[in-house]
Amino acid sequence: MSGRVLVGVKRVIDYAVKIRVKPDNSGVVTDGVKHSMNPFCEIAVEEAVKLKEKKLIKEVVAVSCGPQQSQETIRTALAMGADRGIHVEVTGKDYENLGPLQVSKILAALAKKEDAQLVILGKQAIDDDCNQTGQMTAALLDWPQGTFASEVALEADKIKVVREIDGGLETIKVNTPAVLTADLRLNTPRYATLPNIMKAKKKKIANVKPADLGVDLTSRLEVLRVEEPPQRQAGVKVETVDDLVGKLKEAGRI
Amino acid sequence: MATVGPLARIARLGCSHICRNHRLIFNRNVQRRGIASCIDPSYGLTDEQKEFQKVAFDFAANEMAPHMAEWDQKEIFPVETMRKAAQLGFGGIYVQPDVGGSGLSRLDTSIIFEALSTGCVSTTAYISIHNMCAWMIDTFGNTEQREKFCPDLCSMEKFASYCLTEPGSGSDAASLLTSAQLKGDHYLLNGSKAFISGGGDTDVYVVMCRTGGKGPKGISCLVVEKGTPGLSFGKKEKKVGWNSQPTRAVIFEDCAVPVANRLGVEGQGFNIAMKGLNGGRINIASCSLGAAHASVQLARDHLLVRKQFGESLSNNQFLQFKLAEMATKLVASRLLVREAATALQENRADAVTLCSMAKLFATDECFNVCNQALQMHGGYGYLKDYAVQQFVRDIRVHQILEGTNEVMRMIISRNLLSES
Repeated sequence: MSGRVLVGVKRVIDYAVKIRVKPDNSGVVTDGVKHSMNPFCEIAVEEAVKLKEKKLIKEVVAVSCGPQQSQETIRTALAMGADRGIHVEVTGKDYENLGPLQVSKILAALAKKEDAQLVILGKQAIDDDCNQTGQMTAALLDWPQGTFASEVALEADKIKVVREIDGGLETIKVNTPAVLTADLRLNTPRYATLPNIMKAKKKKIANVKPADLGVDLTSRLEVLRVEEPPQRQAGVKVETVDDLVGKLKEAGRI
Repeated sequence: MATVGPLARIARLGCSHICRNHRLIFNRNVQRRGIASCIDPSYGLTDEQKEFQKVAFDFAANEMAPHMAEWDQKEIFPVETMRKAAQLGFGGIYVQPDVGGSGLSRLDTSIIFEALSTGCVSTTAYISIHNMCAWMIDTFGNTEQREKFCPDLCSMEKFASYCLTEPGSGSDAASLLTSAQLKGDHYLLNGSKAFISGGGDTDVYVVMCRTGGKGPKGISCLVVEKGTPGLSFGKKEKKVGWNSQPTRAVIFEDCAVPVANRLGVEGQGFNIAMKGLNGGRINIASCSLGAAHASVQLARDHLLVRKQFGESLSNNQFLQFKLAEMATKLVASRLLVREAATALQENRADAVTLCSMAKLFATDECFNVCNQALQMHGGYGYLKDYAVQQFVRDIRVHQILEGTNEVMRMIISRNLLSES
């Protein structure tokens, strides 16, 4: 086993920013808006670094797909403890249409190329909330998947994953190599330390083009329109329970 | 209100936080708000500096801001939080790495303190004083002194205090009276220091005392450790702000301090003290910047929410103009402070004067900004439930310590009027 872990990190609009829809309803405003690493990707990086600190794996490689600015996100991962980065350059229209299918093809190709033992991703990105990339990557690689992980334990050649599912917690064991996706409670990401930020400067970020990996970026999806959610309407006060039941029946709710 | 989808979804999964134990108190957004606005403090920074700033903002938002009011009201000296900060490298930011420091520049330091200050001015100001002392030992100490004191200070295993001011000598610092008589292998200290930040709770005291004749040339710098016989402390002062750090008089009664604890040579103490203060002034000014930044954001948020006379305050032209003036003064202050930091780092001829100008301008203007922000909150601004009053109270003293703003004017005018 190579002992190498691939961690996907996505550059998204910072979670605290107030999102605004573009006037032409083609998307949200991203120009000049603060971006940062997807919070679930931070958790994924933290988990990978923790595994390395426990000496269960040897190398953490951070991967991001996007324009030049994606390198900032990779640097953050390096400052948290990743060993090196891979920036898959995707710009312009290709970047606008980049979705889980394309990214999972890229990650699958890289996982093979880098001989990765494990691919750890965030469970979903906070901008598109797709929750697909991990699952698609596993399928393309024909690897098992441990998604919504709130606990990960490496045991010999298997991985025990505790998953957060609707009914509660599910524990499964997957063979390696595998794809895991991190859920909220998997860990608390560390702060980068000043020395680590400076060390990160010296770590290498390789530049790769999707074509080099033999990946076709054509999207099967077309965004027709992006709108704000409906404004919250005022409620109505009623006097009696009968009134309430009547109104609910009127609205077709019961 | 615009899309809050992802957050709402996460909330529905039953999670109380997103990462790093965020607690959703209203002023946490000050550190996380990423508006592409004119007061964004990350403009003009290198990628690396933006990383430092991000860590500092994150730390301020998660570890300091939720506690800032409690620390102020209960007068808690947040040792554990500061040690956490030290683990990230904030204990000796501009101290050299060979003794545990982070080896960063004055500009990096200013950026970091500005960001931390948005979480708690008082605690950040103390951390900056601690950093100043660690730097003085790092720069003027010999190998033994550096190795003995710096690593523990950088990790905040031990805390430091800067002791220059006395009951009888504040602005006229060179007239200090605390005496240090040479007795063989040690000095006997007699006298007292006033208004010492951290006094009584800290472990290492960097003390300016008189070993020679009158004036600055008779002053030396000694490092005194807590527990030394003859070292005692006055009562804890009750202050308007800076309540997360204790302030006490430091009293020396025949306190024996080894000659080995003297930084530099006899008569060099005043020079060491002033060099320390150049950086200290930038740090204090940076703390004022952070408070002003936080206050402008709080004021802005309030204007958007509060309605009077049938519309939100943000439609009122007077308030719009006032906010614009506040933002302008904030950015102007920030630019001057950062330029002074760069000048000091490069040892430029104008460094000392520029540091004085930056301290003078930034502390005055930022206080006015915070005060205006309080005014914009109306009656609510006066309540301790709202953070803006704490920013006002905490940075008021920045116009006084580390050299009053009047002394800053003395330094600047001297530079202008000296014949050369």
